[in-house]
Amino acid sequence: MPATLHAIPDDKSRGMQSAIPGGRPAQRQPVAPWADRAFALLAYAAAWVTLALLAGIIVSLVVGAMPAIEAFGLGFLTSADWDPVQDRYGGLVMIYGTLMTSFIALLIAVPVSFGIALFLTELSPGWLKRPLGIAIELLAAVPSIVYGMWGLLVFGPILATYVQGPLQAAFGSVPYLGALFSGPPVGIGLLSAGIILAIMVIPFIASVMRDVFEVTPSLLKESAYGLGATTWEVVWKVVLPYTKAGVIGGIMLGLGRALGETMAVTFVIGNMNQLSSLSLFEAANSITSALANEFAEAGEGLHQASLIYLGLILFFITFVVLAFSKVLLLQLKKNEGGRT
Amino acid sequence: MNAVPAPSVRDRADAGRLAKHRARKRINLIALTLSLCAMAFGVFWLIWILVETFVLGVGGLHLSVFTEMTPPPQAETGGLANAIFGSAMMVGLATLLGTPIGVLAGVYLAEYGRTNVLGRTTQFINDILLSAPSIVIGLFIYAVVVARMKSFSGFAGVLALALIVIPVVIRTTENMLSLIPNSLREAAYALGTPKWKVIWSVTLRAARAGVVTGVLLAVARIAGETAPLLFTALSNQFWTSNLGKPMASLPVTIFKFAMSPYENWQKLAWAGVFLITLGVLALNILARILFRNKH
Repeated sequence: MPATLHAIPDDKSRGMQSAIPGGRPAQRQPVAPWADRAFALLAYAAAWVTLALLAGIIVSLVVGAMPAIEAFGLGFLTSADWDPVQDRYGGLVMIYGTLMTSFIALLIAVPVSFGIALFLTELSPGWLKRPLGIAIELLAAVPSIVYGMWGLLVFGPILATYVQGPLQAAFGSVPYLGALFSGPPVGIGLLSAGIILAIMVIPFIASVMRDVFEVTPSLLKESAYGLGATTWEVVWKVVLPYTKAGVIGGIMLGLGRALGETMAVTFVIGNMNQLSSLSLFEAANSITSALANEFAEAGEGLHQASLIYLGLILFFITFVVLAFSKVLLLQLKKNEGGRT
Repeated sequence: MNAVPAPSVRDRADAGRLAKHRARKRINLIALTLSLCAMAFGVFWLIWILVETFVLGVGGLHLSVFTEMTPPPQAETGGLANAIFGSAMMVGLATLLGTPIGVLAGVYLAEYGRTNVLGRTTQFINDILLSAPSIVIGLFIYAVVVARMKSFSGFAGVLALALIVIPVVIRTTENMLSLIPNSLREAAYALGTPKWKVIWSVTLRAARAGVVTGVLLAVARIAGETAPLLFTALSNQFWTSNLGKPMASLPVTIFKFAMSPYENWQKLAWAGVFLITLGVLALNILARILFRNKH
């Protein structure tokens, strides 16, 4: 412990008498032990702040949501009513919106991120690796409001004309599948939100995948190459199995980000509380966009409590997803230490 | 290599192997092409978003953006001065508030609690808070500050942003301190330096560039944050430096203006988005250069 290391700097004998600085000509100022203790205490307190923050978030959300929890219980999760006039609330529409947009986002982002990670680790010439890696990381740094505004005003109309229209023309009459593509193709709704989210989480997933791909021992890869495996076979049959946990951890990290993303979704999802059609083109709502749009104006009482209840559900889901991701990534790290 | 059967059989076996080889090559080629496409896909969005933001943003940029207050709908003039000032003030104060706590907690994780339960738990929780939805931070501050004080305030906004700064700074500080070789610490201890001084003048100083990088990244992160400000600082149409009053910020103003049908508001929103993007990307690049030069 630090307390044992308090020798006076200019004391060569390091004896017990060192506690008395005396009148010796000190080259460095002798330091009182309280400074050491105070510093350790400060650092200790700061570490507790993080834990207190988590506890504070959970407690304040539970307390704030209490009226709604008492009024609706778990039925809140399965009810699609959202009626501020009659004070009846259910979160199904928002929960569905949040899960569906994140699902669409992962559907697009996972294969693309895998491709990017593969490119950056196996294909890219050395001089391109760094700039491309930075480009992808900058994509992660762009604030979400920029994505949102760009999605609403630039991307939405283009999506409507060049993607939604043709999709509707192609699949509109197919039973079941057609239902997904019904509705007005205006570039707002679950599909747009999902695509924007995908663009936003690609950098997160891709950089985790790249990092875990890079920890694969080159011995393993070179052995496979030596046996005549192609690049694809090495990645698919050697690198991927070796880094499975990390890859899933990266995907979970992206999922956590997608679930909790507010601004990008709020701009393009359309903010309509409906669940009557399965269509991906129909305006919908998500937990985060309901909070962003309604919370500041919601009157105190059941409306606000219900919104906080939604926030609590969101926090719970993202917490579980992110904790899972962290555990997986830690596991990979541990294995790495064990094998080398 | 004895007694090869009829040449035709051998030829067929060779042909089979060759076909398989070709199939493997083909799959490889397809996979690598797709991977190249994925890379192009990723870079494509970045370029598209940046180009669009720059083109539309520069179009809306005008000197009045920096000198005039946010206008009412359909006004002839108007700027974002109060929003820019509000953002700068809240981001600055939040950074000042969050950085010391973050650095100290990072020091704890790297120097004191590397193996104990508190250290491990904090590290785990911190990584989760790092990616936790920022809107939930807004809800938390609303419940703790805004609901108590019965009014939205710039102060609440500062607190919300500071809570986002802390995990970012903790993370980078801890990482950077872990990179400092132990021999440096041991050398300092051997001279009889007390632990706090070892940390303060040896390890933290050696990791300075990394810590500054972390702070820059944290500033970049909160400069664009909208969600935690929506129901803490709210917004304000006028210039105010009073932290007890609702305060305008660039992201919230952009949100309000971009969603509106008024053309002058949308134009200002584009100008604002341009400024934010430029600032955030500049900070990120600066952080990278700084970090690269030192390591």
